[in-house]
Formats: sequence, structure tokens, C-alpha cells
Amino acid sequence: MWQIGRSDKDSDKKYRSLDQVIDRYSPGEGQLIRILQEAQNIFGYLPEEVQTYIAGKTDMPVSEVNGVVTFYSLFHTDPRGKHGINVCMGTACYVQGAGDILEDFRRDLHLKDCDTTDDGLFTVKNTRCIGACGLAPVITVDGEVYGRLNRKEVPKILRKYRKIEEAAEKTDDQQPERPAENQERTPAGP
Amino acid sequence: MINSLKDLRKIRKERLPDLELRQYQDMKSQRLQIMVCAGTGCSSSGSKPLIDHLEKALAGSKLDTRVKVVKTGCFGFCKLGPILVAHPGSIFYCNVSHRDIPELVEQHFIKGKIVERLLYEEPDTGEKKRSLQDIHFFNSQKRVALRHCGFINPGDVREYIAAGGYFTLENCLSGKSPDDIIDTIKKSGLRGRGGGGFPMGLKWEAARSSEGPEKYVVCNADEGDPGAFMDRSILEGDPHSVLEAMTIAGYAIGAREGYIYVRAEYPIAVDRLENAIAQAREYGLLGDKIFNSGFGFDIDLRLGAGAFVCGEETALLKSAAGMRGEPRPRPPYPAQCGLWGKPTLLNNVETFANIPEILSRGPAWFNSMGTEKSKGTKVFSLAGKIVNTGLIEVPMGTSLRQIIFDIGGGIPGGKKFKAVQTGGPSGGCIPEQYLDTPVDYESLKTIGSMMGSGGLIVMDENDCMVDIAKFYLQFSQDESCGKCTPCRVGTKRMLEILERITEGKGQMEDLYELEDLSREVMDASLCGLGQTAPNPVLSTIKYFRNEYEAHINDKECPAGVCRNLLDYTVDQDKCISCGLCARACVAEAIIGEKKGRPYFIDRQKCLKCGACEAKCPKAAIYAH
Repeated sequence: MWQIGRSDKDSDKKYRSLDQVIDRYSPGEGQLIRILQEAQNIFGYLPEEVQTYIAGKTDMPVSEVNGVVTFYSLFHTDPRGKHGINVCMGTACYVQGAGDILEDFRRDLHLKDCDTTDDGLFTVKNTRCIGACGLAPVITVDGEVYGRLNRKEVPKILRKYRKIEEAAEKTDDQQPERPAENQERTPAGP
Repeated sequence: MINSLKDLRKIRKERLPDLELRQYQDMKSQRLQIMVCAGTGCSSSGSKPLIDHLEKALAGSKLDTRVKVVKTGCFGFCKLGPILVAHPGSIFYCNVSHRDIPELVEQHFIKGKIVERLLYEEPDTGEKKRSLQDIHFFNSQKRVALRHCGFINPGDVREYIAAGGYFTLENCLSGKSPDDIIDTIKKSGLRGRGGGGFPMGLKWEAARSSEGPEKYVVCNADEGDPGAFMDRSILEGDPHSVLEAMTIAGYAIGAREGYIYVRAEYPIAVDRLENAIAQAREYGLLGDKIFNSGFGFDIDLRLGAGAFVCGEETALLKSAAGMRGEPRPRPPYPAQCGLWGKPTLLNNVETFANIPEILSRGPAWFNSMGTEKSKGTKVFSLAGKIVNTGLIEVPMGTSLRQIIFDIGGGIPGGKKFKAVQTGGPSGGCIPEQYLDTPVDYESLKTIGSMMGSGGLIVMDENDCMVDIAKFYLQFSQDESCGKCTPCRVGTKRMLEILERITEGKGQMEDLYELEDLSREVMDASLCGLGQTAPNPVLSTIKYFRNEYEAHINDKECPAGVCRNLLDYTVDQDKCISCGLCARACVAEAIIGEKKGRPYFIDRQKCLKCGACEAKCPKAAIYAH
């Protein structure tokens, strides 16, 4: 279901951008984390192939690259859903009920052992404190901050993003010449 | 390009009128300014679209030449965001929405009248306060590190210069020797604001006396403590103060390069820093021959990638070099062997932000604030169950009671105070009997907590202290890098015991084992993370032992938090038989008939997930 790119051509393009990143940063000492961050922006995640590629290009053992990737929580080796929901689990959010909100998201999206929904639409994660403690409890969806949440708003937020998807799908139908998204979609929920 | 004091003075003269306007109390002026907080807190509550609306409305009323919109850093009163402050007069408008803009423009900027309904109301007296200086939250503070936050535009180096910025650097480079500078820092009594409280003068001296052609200055901006956001606010609101201080530090210890290690979770702070560094380079305040002296210095950013342990200095230096952020035993200290094995001076953001002010106003001024061993002021972030969530700066030695109940406004909803947690996952929970403790490095240690970076999380009667201890330990356990066994395995075993207790499967022996294990983890761990991880557990056992005993002996959670020890019940009088709860229940444990008799919960089947309680429109379902 998930590949790095939509096609070989697309994948080529991504590797070319990665080359540019490596050329820009690798002469400087200690820029592996920066390269990995950029690579993750390009590919969406850091699969084995990308790690091996970076290791080869920067003349580092793959084990060392993988060691860094697995050490830091912002790097992930699995593809993410289209919309990333991050529930802040800083103390301020926790004492204001962030745990319940996280659980509600996971239950509403039927997430048991994984963080990404089967349709590839949502990934739910808890995140380290984002420093918006005055608005606790806080979540971010695709970087947009929702503050002072309560549990009743969880289904509303999910509905909002499902609607966006439905609308996008309709426009996709009207414009068949546009290449289809690679990620499979199931019909949006209620 | 700025090459001399004369150039600095010229820029200051040009921009000073803007800054002076912000200090006038009289509202009558041809020129007006409106400051909009563009920090993380207010941005999250919608200050970005507000700025767009404001600019459009001003342009529409042809006021855009007279009224200047200035994006500032955090004012500190995050709870009231988005915040606008109109100058002159420092009129403080809070919780402003874009719908208020037409009225604001019409009344304030055209008619010169204050929009009363958007003013702040003191909660205890109900009195509306016009100006920022009249508000108790602000006028009870003493701002040193936060001196420019909310007052200048952090995106414009000229405003920083107009506020006196970079004059200290010029003064150091043109007339002071590195030893003079270090001597001043020593005399000021400044201690590290990142948590440890190490005397800064000694740290700078050690870095200076280390031999080596290459040295580095590193700023620790990896503010990892959950609930602490002072470093973020300084970086967002006054990035140049950190750059100036780092450059001075470079001159004092003999370094030519500096790095700021900043969390990737702070995108606005990263933006502001990048912009500030670019401007400083453009004006010649970073680079070769600063102020035409023989001294050159440059600063680069290193982004963290989400690892709490990287706040520990040896781990941070590894991570800044692009490796796994694993700590190593000390000595050697970073002052001898730091970044890439070279002598390195490592300070945190708030520490650096104090430096230019200490050097320009003198050590005696700084020394006059604070307690015997902890000098100066400290920034605290107030969060959790407190009325005025936000950021404050007060002299060291201010009591917790004054911080929480006077400046912080106490506990919302008439609830009872239970504890305040200081120092993040490394600190402890402080109960009511110690609220009069003056806050400084030593006194917090004696009561089983620590200063940490200054996060204060207030907890009320609805918070379970066993659950809080579990929360912090879970955090430390997750963030343990795994290098040393006591921390990696010890915290895991401790967590398992706490989980047992909160599930109602604990025994009294568990409590003793928890205490024993805590001491072992503290003694044997390699770095600060493990050495302090048991603090939340030990302090809660010490001060809230009765709660642990209730979980263990009575299988009860007195605060009603630990799910496994709760029962959910439908209040038969309040239930309107709408059936929403039954639909929300995944275990099919709620029985009843729509529009019929009240529903009830089958306790055998109930998973205690609380979904029904969240769904009930009449709040008829409660846990007990």
C-alpha cells in the first residue's frame, strides 16, 4: 500500500533532492541529524533504503545512521498517516486530562497496537511538551494547534478532517487527469 | 554594517522614538503602535489571523501610516491570549478575537476611546485595568531575563539596539579584558538557570583557563522539562540577548564559534533565531572583526530531534555533533573536553539572557536581588491547576505561596491546593505545609525537590499523587537513553511497581521496595536523568504516603483518578435516557432503553474507560 514514491520517476526526484541536502550539509561536521531531518521531510519517513543511501553517501556505517534514527523520537521508520494528530503529554496537559483525550482518539480511530489507521488517513501519537501550557490540554493536527480541549471535541476534530478528505476526493474525481494519490482511502466515516 | 559605537548610537537614535512611545502613559499621540503577541501561546490561540485582520482594517480606515502593528514575543499572560497592547498608554486588551477588530479600530484608533469590554478584570476585585502596568500579575514581577519580551519586536535587530542591545558587547570588546568580564560575572553571583545552579563565574573561568586553539560556546536551548517554557519565550521574544551574551562569552573564554542547540518542537523559536542570526551577520555583529576589533565570532544552530536526555550537558554535546545523545561520565567536564573534544562553555538560554544586563548594570545591582546563595531573579512558568497560567519573573527567595496564590491567582474553581511540582521529572512535589519556603536552589533541595528550569505545575485535590509519580516516572523511563543499567532497568522496575499500585494490586512491601530502588537508581545512575528520576516518587511517598496506603490497603484512589480503582455510576435522577452512553460503550456494559427508564452500568462488564462519562450531555455519569 505504501511506497516511498508514487512512481520511479517520483522516487528519483526525491533522491535527487536528498542528494542536494547531503551535498549542502555533509561537508560540515556533525550534520547527520540535520540531513536525517531533511530526508524525513522529503520522504515522509526514514525507511531502511533511505538510511542505507545516506550512509553510503556520507561514508558512514549504516549501523551508525540507524543508531541515530532509532535514538530520537522525532524520527520514524514507518510511513505516517496523511494527518498527524499529536496529543501533548506535558505535565500541564496531563493534569488537565490529555490522557483521556489521547485514549479517545485511539478508540475512535480503532487503533490498538499501532499508531496509524488502516486507511492511512490518521496517525495518533503522544508528543513531548510543545510549551503551550497556558492552553492545556493541547493537541496539534498537521501542525495546527487546538487548545483548551475537552473530550467532546475529539469526534468533532476527526469529522473536520474527514470532511476535508471527502472534499479533496470529490475534486480528484472531477479532475481525472491529476495523478491519483498513492495512499488508499476508504470512504470517510460519519 | 556597524563598526563602532557611533554606528550603534545612530541606529539607537533613529529607533528610540518608537520605544519611548511604548513608555508614555498619556494616550494622546499622533503616532500609535499596537503590539500583538506572536509567541507560541498567543499564536496557538489565533494571533496570526488577528494580525491579518488588524492590518486590513487599519489599511481600510487609512490608518496604516499612523498606526504601526508590531509583532512581539510573549507577554507572559498566556491564559488571556491573544493579547494586544496599544501604545502609548500600554492599554492591555486580552482574549481578543478577529471579530473585535472593527470595534477596536473604530473606538481606540479613530475615536481615541478605550474598549472597556476587552480590558482585563482583576479576579478578586472585579476592577477593570486599563494599562499593563496596573495589572497585579505584571506589576508584582521583576523582569531581568524577560526585560524585552513583549516590549520590542524580536524580528528587528534595530529595536534591540534601541533598547540598549549590543552596547554591552561593544563596551566589552573596546575596553574590558576577558578577566574583567569573568570577574564581574563571579561577583554577580549568577548561577546556572538550567537546573544545576552551578556558579557561572567558575564555569567561565574554567573554560577560559583550558588550553586549546579551538574552543566553543554552546547554548542549551533543549528545554525538555514538560511544563517549562521560559527559554522558548526568551528565544521568541528576545533572541538577540542570547546572541549578544554568547558573543561576549566567546570573547571572555577565547572561542570563535558558538552553537545553539534548540528543540525542533519549537518552530517559532527556531525561525526567530535564524532570522536574528542572519540580521546580526548582516550588521556585522557576528562574523569577523566585530566592532572593528580583532575579535570574530559566529553562531550556528543545531536542532534537537526529540530526546529529553539531550538536556544533560555531555549528551547535548554528543547530539550537537550529530551522534546519539548518550551521556558520559564526568570528569572531564565540557570546560575541558566538550564539543568535538574541545573546551566548551555550555550555558542555558535564561543564563545567557541575564549576562548583558549584569555587565551593563554591574554586579552589585544583580547581587542586591535574591537570597544569600541564589542571586538575581528567576523565571517561572505557571501551569496546571492555577488561575493565571503563564510566565513570570520574580526575585529569588520569593515564597511559593506568593507565586501561586498572589501572582498566580490561586486555584481555579474553588478547588483545594494539593501540591506544586517543581523541577520537572527531576524534581519533587511540594505539599501545602512548605508553601512559605523561599524559592532558591538550596531551600528546594532541602524539601526534596529542586529548582530545575523553573516549571511550576500546580495540582489540586482532583489530582492523584500516585498517578503523578507514575506519570513522571513513565516519562523518565521513556526518555532513559539505555546506556546505564540502573536507569534503564531500575526505572522500569519502579514503574512496574507503581503500575501495580494504581491498578489496586499493590502491597505494602512494594512501597518499601520502591524506596530502596529509588535510592539505588539515584546512587548508581550515570547522569542527571537517572540520578534524579526517583525524586517525584520519593517526594510523593514522603508527603502523600496516605494516598499510597489508600491505593494499597483500601484499593481506593482518593482523588478519583486511577481508573482500575473506580466505579462508574449513572445518576438515576439526572439520566434522560438518551442512549448516547450506551452507544459510546465498546464493552456493551450500559443497559437501558432509549426514552425509557434511566440507564445503568453493569460493573462486571465495565472497562472503566470513561467514554460514557465524556458523552453524557447531562453529566449524569460519574466515577467514584
